[in-house]
Amino acid sequence: MNGTKEKRNLLIGGLVIGIIAVGLVLLGNPKNMGFCIACFIRDIAGATKLHTAGVVQYVRPEIIGLVLGSFLTAVCFKEFKPRGGSAPMTRFIISVIVMIGALMFLGCPFRMILRLAGGDLNALVALIGFICGIATACFFLNKGFNLGKTYPQRGLEGTTLPAINVLLLVLAVAVPTFFAISEKGPGSQHAAIAISLVAGLAVGFIAQKTRLCMVGGIRDVILLKDWTLLIGFAAIFVSALVMNLATGNFKLGFEGQPVAQTNQLFNFLGMYAVGLGCAMLGGCPLRQLILAGEGNSDSAISVLGMFVGAALVHNFGLQGNAVDGLPATQGKVAVILGIVILLAIACYYTFAKKGENK
Amino acid sequence: MTEVDARGLSCPIPVVETKKALKAHPEGVCVLVDSKVCVENVSRYATAMGYNPKAVEKNGEWTIEIKK
Repeated sequence: MNGTKEKRNLLIGGLVIGIIAVGLVLLGNPKNMGFCIACFIRDIAGATKLHTAGVVQYVRPEIIGLVLGSFLTAVCFKEFKPRGGSAPMTRFIISVIVMIGALMFLGCPFRMILRLAGGDLNALVALIGFICGIATACFFLNKGFNLGKTYPQRGLEGTTLPAINVLLLVLAVAVPTFFAISEKGPGSQHAAIAISLVAGLAVGFIAQKTRLCMVGGIRDVILLKDWTLLIGFAAIFVSALVMNLATGNFKLGFEGQPVAQTNQLFNFLGMYAVGLGCAMLGGCPLRQLILAGEGNSDSAISVLGMFVGAALVHNFGLQGNAVDGLPATQGKVAVILGIVILLAIACYYTFAKKGENK
Repeated sequence: MTEVDARGLSCPIPVVETKKALKAHPEGVCVLVDSKVCVENVSRYATAMGYNPKAVEKNGEWTIEIKK
């Protein structure tokens, strides 16, 4: 794919994704949450009773659609390639911390853009933290940070996460009472299953084809002065902004924003952890779902890390408080400790290489 | 020609390695990768730096020759 075509596809893909995202809100999803990989994985963790926070339990078909959309696209275009084995346990821990950071801010990088496009200025503070986190990771990448090579795997290893998603979908449609479902709160707000699923499949297709990544865009600018991937990020923002303005869903300010918290230090630090952690993983939470669909079992492990992370966050009350805006002490400690652990992992994989089998 | 073996590495590391290799060997390098995404990213970087990258596929692995 040549450069111009790549940019054009990212532009069109980003614009379409922004429209789909706001469309999902109009059809029932929580405000500024057409898509949120962190929130939706958390909702699935709730639905499967890994945590029991009553307001965030629902099997989000968007997630299933993203994984399967990427899987089908990769298979059709002969890009499905089972691979894995690049520091899976470390990736798992990084992903747990990414989830702790994201649920402090109350959104993944994708939702951060959607919140910005809805006029939520808390997301602007988070964006600054996110950029700082990625810049920190770029420092380590330039110094040689590397989680190690991946290796080809057998087909089953690469199809396991897509298969789990098929099973989840079948169960959610056939025996919905099997799962916990929120009666109030964000978990109770959702578009119809078929619509959410198709939206997920469509975005999965676009994201697989365009390599769209919220972290990669900013990373490439800092690391390589390459603005290509950032086009997708910007296009989502522009189309979601226009859609929000057109449908009366734009509200500028810090206070009273939907599913948001107003402790700015922790909006910053939460997304700092997400930026740093995701750049270490090689992609944002959305990208991890897409790569997992392409057969990358390291990314599948990252998805499981986020899944477990979400359960931990709600079981121990670490999340950002959307009601009175004040995160609990244990949540603050978890985010700070998480950042320290990420920095320690980054140092280890950058500097402590001597005497090891590479 | 200097060879960079970036097979099994995920982006952006192959691009960072290419960048370092080109700094040391401005006349050109050869990069081995095993995913299409890496081919695209390495080629895009090389083109932006004024090189003329050529990728040849063999059994799911690519050799990208980067020369002026």
